[in-house]
Order: sequence, then structure tokens, then C-alpha cells
Amino acid sequence: MSDQTLNPETMPEQPERATLEGKNKFLGFWFFLGGETVLFASLFGTYLALRNSTNDGPGSEELFGLELVFVMTMLLLTSSLTSVYAMYHMKNNSFGKMQLWLGVTVLLGLGFLGCELFEFYHYIHGEGFTLRSSAFGSAFYTLVGFHGGHVTFGLLWIIALMVRNAKRGLNLYNAPKFYIASLYWHFIDVVWVFIFTVVYLMGVI
Amino acid sequence: MAENTNIHENYKRKKNKEEMKQQVITFALMIVFTLIAFGMVKADLSKLFVIPILLVLAAVQVGFQLYYFMHMSHKGHEMPALMIYAGAFVAFMTVLTLSVLIWW
Repeated sequence: MSDQTLNPETMPEQPERATLEGKNKFLGFWFFLGGETVLFASLFGTYLALRNSTNDGPGSEELFGLELVFVMTMLLLTSSLTSVYAMYHMKNNSFGKMQLWLGVTVLLGLGFLGCELFEFYHYIHGEGFTLRSSAFGSAFYTLVGFHGGHVTFGLLWIIALMVRNAKRGLNLYNAPKFYIASLYWHFIDVVWVFIFTVVYLMGVI
Repeated sequence: MAENTNIHENYKRKKNKEEMKQQVITFALMIVFTLIAFGMVKADLSKLFVIPILLVLAAVQVGFQLYYFMHMSHKGHEMPALMIYAGAFVAFMTVLTLSVLIWW
């Protein structure tokens, strides 16, 4: 039953929570997000404690440029909206449009990742600021790199879902999968809001 | 029967569309908050004045993200709220502990 492609008559209002499996995924995923919050908090706490231990190397004020960070923020924020669009089309049972907006989300996410790699490359080769430069360097790369790792994983996840389900269409088996992937993508943006505020903006102030 | 389904379907679509409109407004507000945050840092104002406002702006943005983009304002989100608030509480304690450690 749950494998049948949906049509307007069989489409429930909340396809992501219409089956027991979907409900379990939904609850389990929010539990996971609560844990992720704590994981990132420990990285933020470490960064806040070590951000002035620069070992005579460059500090945050000399390193960070706000222009690139602003572009990255806009890319990720917009990708959050496009994944909302994707879920909107999922609820309206338009599989093609959902795939299209997920594709746009992936492109924006790739743009973000490209900017971040460029930033790290510039720090390492242009400024000689690496993971081993200082306690500040270790804390910075661990925190921001961990977020970048989440972005990478999120992109692979969404791409895998799009490819795997391309010919299946939308059904009650895969709707929860798409829904929790979009929750994960929003959570990445939640973490980024704190990174650009605490690391970059408070770092140059 | 078919007609009934159609009416139901139209109602559902209308409701979804209204929600989507709300999401776009949320997005616009989030962009505005981001612009204010970056603008305030560029404007070189006093540190003690800017930092609390930056943190408040970030907290509001995250609230928007959770309640509107992640649908926590919808029905049936009691457990997600419990989990995310429990996580936020422990997160707060963790950051507090690690920051206080270096005061001396």
C-alpha cells in the first residue's frame, strides 16, 4: 500500500507522518536534532574559550572578511527557502516540482560549500593559518569544518534521495524520507546563523 | 464522491498556499535581520551595544527557522519541542561552563 504512487484521492494531509514508519522517522529525527544541538554547543563553547589563544599568529580580526561570509549566509538562507518550496510541492503531490526545488537547494548548497573551501584555501595558503597554528585555529576549523561536513553530508543525502526515487514518484514510503532530509537542511541553516553571528560578526567587532 | 474529493483537494491546496505565503514573509524578515546584523557590525558601534543585539537577532532567526520552516508551529509537535528545548538547555549549560572555565 505505502509503495503505491499517490494521487489526489489517496494523498493524506501529512504524507510524512501518515504511516507508523513515517511517524517513527519524524520523532527519531527530532531526537537526533536535539543531540546535534548539544554537539555543536560543545564546539561553540570550545571556540569561545580558545578564540583569543592565537599563539602570536593571526587573530580573528585580521583574518575574517565579512563580504564572503555575507554571500555564504545569503546562499544558505535562500537554500532553506527553496527546500520549504520543495516540501510545499510534496504536500501538493507535485513530484516533479519537488525534485526541481530540491535540485535548486542542492545547487545553492554547492555554492555555499565552494565559498567555504575557497575561504579555507585562502586562510591556509594566503595567511598561513591552519588547524595547527594555534588553539584558536584548531577551534575554528573544528567548528566551521564540522558545519561544512554537515553541509556535505546533507547534499549527498538529498542527491541520493532524488536519484533513488526519480522513477518511483511520491509515495507514503519515501515522503517521510524527503521530509526529514529537508528538516536536516534547515537545521544546518540554524547552526550557520550562530556561526556567522558568534564566529564572524563577533570576531571582527 | 469525486466532487467531494475535489473540494477537499482545493481546500487543502488553498491552505498550503496560504502557509507558503507566510513562509515567504518569514524568509524576507530573516533577510532583513541578517542585513541589520551585518550593517551594525560594519557601522562600528560600541561592542557592548552591538553584541547583545546580534545574539537576539540570531535567536529570533532560529525561532523563525524552527517554528515556520521546520513547521514546529503545526499540531503534533509536542515531542519535537521537548527534544529541541532539552537540547537547547543542555547546549546553553555547555557553552556557559566552557566560557566560565576561562574567566580565571
